[in-house]
Amino acid sequence: MAGGSRIDGILSGFAKAIQLLAKGDSALYRIIVLSLKVSGTALVISTLVGIPLGVLLGLSRFHGRKLVVALLYTGMGFPPVVVGLFVYMLLSRSGALGRLGWPIIPTLFTPGAMVLAQSVISFPLVAGFTMAAVMGVDPGLRMQLSALGATNWQAAWTVLAEARVGVIVSIIAGFGSIISEVGAVMMVGGNIENSTRVLTTAIVLETNKGQFSLAIALGVVLLALSFFANVAMLRLQGRTLDE
Amino acid sequence: MSTPVYHLKRLVKDYGGRRVLHVDALDVQPGEILALVGPSGAGKSTLLRLLNFLERPTRGLVCFLGEEYGALQSVPLEVRRRVTTVFQRPVLLNRTVRDNVRYGLLLRGQTDALEAVGAALHQVGLAGFGRERSRTLSGGELQRVALARAMVLKPEVMLLDEPTANLDPYNVGLIEDILRQINRDLKTTMVLVTHNVFQARRLAHRVGLLLDGQLLEVADVLTFFESPRDPRTGAFARGEMVY
Repeated sequence: MAGGSRIDGILSGFAKAIQLLAKGDSALYRIIVLSLKVSGTALVISTLVGIPLGVLLGLSRFHGRKLVVALLYTGMGFPPVVVGLFVYMLLSRSGALGRLGWPIIPTLFTPGAMVLAQSVISFPLVAGFTMAAVMGVDPGLRMQLSALGATNWQAAWTVLAEARVGVIVSIIAGFGSIISEVGAVMMVGGNIENSTRVLTTAIVLETNKGQFSLAIALGVVLLALSFFANVAMLRLQGRTLDE
Repeated sequence: MSTPVYHLKRLVKDYGGRRVLHVDALDVQPGEILALVGPSGAGKSTLLRLLNFLERPTRGLVCFLGEEYGALQSVPLEVRRRVTTVFQRPVLLNRTVRDNVRYGLLLRGQTDALEAVGAALHQVGLAGFGRERSRTLSGGELQRVALARAMVLKPEVMLLDEPTANLDPYNVGLIEDILRQINRDLKTTMVLVTHNVFQARRLAHRVGLLLDGQLLEVADVLTFFESPRDPRTGAFARGEMVY
């Protein structure tokens, strides 16, 4: 009986989810918009930093490169909650960044702090997968491009374009790692209603309150967002779902 | 006598303390086809990379059309773009054949060069292949595309690094005909690296033998094959292994 009632609860939760989405619940949409803003901004930052670093590591050899790669690989496996802890300590009033009080440095329990934490989580993934993609391009290509008259920049850009499938995968991996993470944003954002509440933290809260229907609605939205974002990136790769 | 295209002066190239090339002197005359033969590891490809300014010499000078370039001088882009190389293994971009052939032209800011691209593809017998993806081509077709993307640039010097190795006799004949035609019609100077003495005899005006990084002998085709100065040249020309 207990199992049956749980399934009933989940089903009714789905029904409620569809109802909430259909009627355009304002609280739900605020949460969705903030999630997209925070994760989207973090993804842009980690892409702008991660792709050039990945190309540099993939195409050049310099002293200390192996150390940087090892740090990057470590960063790829960093638990978000640990990143959240580090960012929390950095941004707290007595922290290394928090004590500076510069306007550019975000304060704790704001979307800015969440963007910083998510950027730190996703940037190693973007850089690491980009490096692997660039290293996967035929090493003879750069010599060939130089022989055709390409400058180093032009050759690097062309190699990056050749590795575009892997580079898009790196962005997808970066997006997946932050849209679904809860530990870091909970820690540095605080899950404040109408301020720092995002999809994942709201799911945790609603589940703890026993509000399964809203939690499931948020979960459905999260899955849908992730699905559509990945479809869009597949289109960028020049592929379709049929391939 | 006209200024040689290349004049090499005590050219040395070391890799990790190991000497792979040491050419005391070599001239390449305008409009000639100079074949460099020799066994694997003799330094032939290294010499081509130095001639294309893809690497800097350890010591010595490459005089190109009267200008001297040594270990410390950087070669201006416009000088580098007067020379191109067709490598043994053609590495093409994962794009259409047309995009591959116009790549070097785009680097030079020539965006409206479809007519030249079409003509180059026609000349290599691939007139109908412009829209094909490069990955769908056979080995012989790939090499002909590589040749088309080099010749469309109308370089003053074309360097050819074993351009027909691993190809079937049909494609070898085809590519040799194209090279003869380019040399005759455009007066393009060519330096051909090959381990195939028969090909050197068929194509070149002069032939040089490289052994252990040193240029043993350079002579016109008849002298090289019929009355060489060095007995090792005669042995190599007869197909005997020389080490």
